[in-house]
Amino acid sequence: MPVRLPFRPRRDAYPPDLWTKCPGCAEMLFNKQLDKTLRVCPNCSHHFRIPAKTRIVQLVDSGSFVERDADLAPVDSLGFVDIKTYPDRLVAAQLTTGLKDAAVWGLAAMGGKPVSLCVMDFGFIGGSMGSVVGEKVARAGEAALAERIPLIIVSSSGGARMQEGTYSLMQLVKTMSVVERVRAAGIPFISIMADPTTGGVFASFAVVGDVNIAEPNALIRFAGDRVSAGTIGEELPAGYQRAEFWFSHGFVDRIVARSKLRDEIIALLGFLIAPPEPGSEELSAAAGFSPRSILSALTGALSGDSNGDSHNGEAAGSRGEAPRG
Amino acid sequence: MVDRLLGRGHPADSQADDPKAVVWAHVQQARNLKRPHTLELVKGMSDEFIELHGDRLFGDDSAIVAGFARIGGRRIVVIGFQKGQDTEENIRRNFGLPHPEGYRKGMRIMELAERFGMPVLTFVDVQGAFPGAAAEERGIAEAIAKSVGMMTRLRTPIVVVITGEGGSGGALGLAVGDVVLALDNSIYSVISPEGCAAILWRSSEHSAQAAVAMKVTADEQRDLGIIDEVICEPGEGAHTDPAETARRIKDVVLECLDALDRLSLDELVEARFQRFRAYGPYTVADQPAAPPERTGITDRLRGLLSGVRRQVASGREEV
Repeated sequence: MPVRLPFRPRRDAYPPDLWTKCPGCAEMLFNKQLDKTLRVCPNCSHHFRIPAKTRIVQLVDSGSFVERDADLAPVDSLGFVDIKTYPDRLVAAQLTTGLKDAAVWGLAAMGGKPVSLCVMDFGFIGGSMGSVVGEKVARAGEAALAERIPLIIVSSSGGARMQEGTYSLMQLVKTMSVVERVRAAGIPFISIMADPTTGGVFASFAVVGDVNIAEPNALIRFAGDRVSAGTIGEELPAGYQRAEFWFSHGFVDRIVARSKLRDEIIALLGFLIAPPEPGSEELSAAAGFSPRSILSALTGALSGDSNGDSHNGEAAGSRGEAPRG
Repeated sequence: MVDRLLGRGHPADSQADDPKAVVWAHVQQARNLKRPHTLELVKGMSDEFIELHGDRLFGDDSAIVAGFARIGGRRIVVIGFQKGQDTEENIRRNFGLPHPEGYRKGMRIMELAERFGMPVLTFVDVQGAFPGAAAEERGIAEAIAKSVGMMTRLRTPIVVVITGEGGSGGALGLAVGDVVLALDNSIYSVISPEGCAAILWRSSEHSAQAAVAMKVTADEQRDLGIIDEVICEPGEGAHTDPAETARRIKDVVLECLDALDRLSLDELVEARFQRFRAYGPYTVADQPAAPPERTGITDRLRGLLSGVRRQVASGREEV
């Protein structure tokens, strides 16, 4: 039992896990209150970084997430040693996060619609992408392909993991090759960039979503600012490489506060997944969903619907897509 | 101490003992400005070369060059990084650091290659993409991601030759191929040794150590399976005999293209997908994972190229 000294200042006696100091406005925030606001400061709306599992609970329909490949674990393929050995860093990260590596993926439902979801965890060696993270992103994409369900990836990563050398670099190719297949199959991919999304993660799957969403003020960048300021000697504009910078330069569709993120994704899925054609439940069940494409719209126009509006176009698209499913 | 300052003593002996010094000398060799770059190599390899310019969106990046070349009677699309060989040219070429326009020009011309049935040959020698605000705000990350993505599905053979520095994502933007070759003094890494040292050691003094830890040399990358075959450079290095370097690259590239011709486009793209899909070892539930099996084209080429390598090596002895 802890001894409480009556003359000790009360502030020091607060257990550290009760309060968090907001880096945005320096306010002391009560952690239980912070959890209720999805770890967003109620004062200045600073978005705290959150663990992957917390993110998943915030996003998906309650209890719908089924994790896949939780037992994929990294290996020290290069025998990498810097100040610490890579295995030591891995063990430390595994102990603090309870994860085997910096990503969690699985199948879930959002607003009743099935999705393939992959979420990165910044707490695990800066969310860096080594072979396991790349593999999980690829498998999430392949599940989306196989089930014909939307792919949603939440990035929070410092980039490629240096300790796995060029194998990490190859994860950019691995993830992009699967994303290209997802795209070609007409399956929607929503990329959510949380703080931070940088380096090789930004320069691969994170930037090429069909819809790109960023959290407010998230740091998003390819090159580190030390590199830019040091090597090139440039003056950097205010707000450089923050979510709003990317929004104004056209690389982010929407900046969405965490409290609205789940609803926004569900609303987007409502557009990206074509509604089943009324009265043909068999067909729509077989196809899973039928994404609209130029081709299917054309089919609608050519099939002779004189009023040819978008709804008819989509309905014709459903017929056109069904044999593929 | 004085001996060291004056360059006396036995630097060769101490180098031989110290893997850091050996690897660092290799890194410096890969960065030697006098090494032949894309335009010099194409000149040495081709009978005819027509350079194409511009990304049709914003501008023309002089740090990446591209065009049609006739090499050994074949029509080939060549795309590569172009550093300058002196200060004046380096200023014009932005020290070989590409902006997004370079990769977008590359994508535009790769698409031409696909449509007009030409294989793609890329030369990789770049420290990294330009890290300044101009590149960021025009979407260097998007350009690299799209270029990598396009190369994973391009329906024409792609041969990559790493001729100097294979630096990070900037290099990868042109380095996805059915065959990845490298000159023996080149390096390939996920981040520059200086960048790695600055982040992990918090001091750029440990750059050499970082280079050792990341296994940056061409031979080490071949052992990791990232590079298929290493081409021996003539004499003291590629810069001492650019013409002979070009000849050796030409021989290997043509041999690779002949081998790739035997595959249908579907097989080719599927084999390329499988190759990059398989990279990166991991374990499952504390059981050691079986090493990823290398199958298909890579194995077949490996066998095929081992013959080439012997031939190139013996060529070196003649020189």
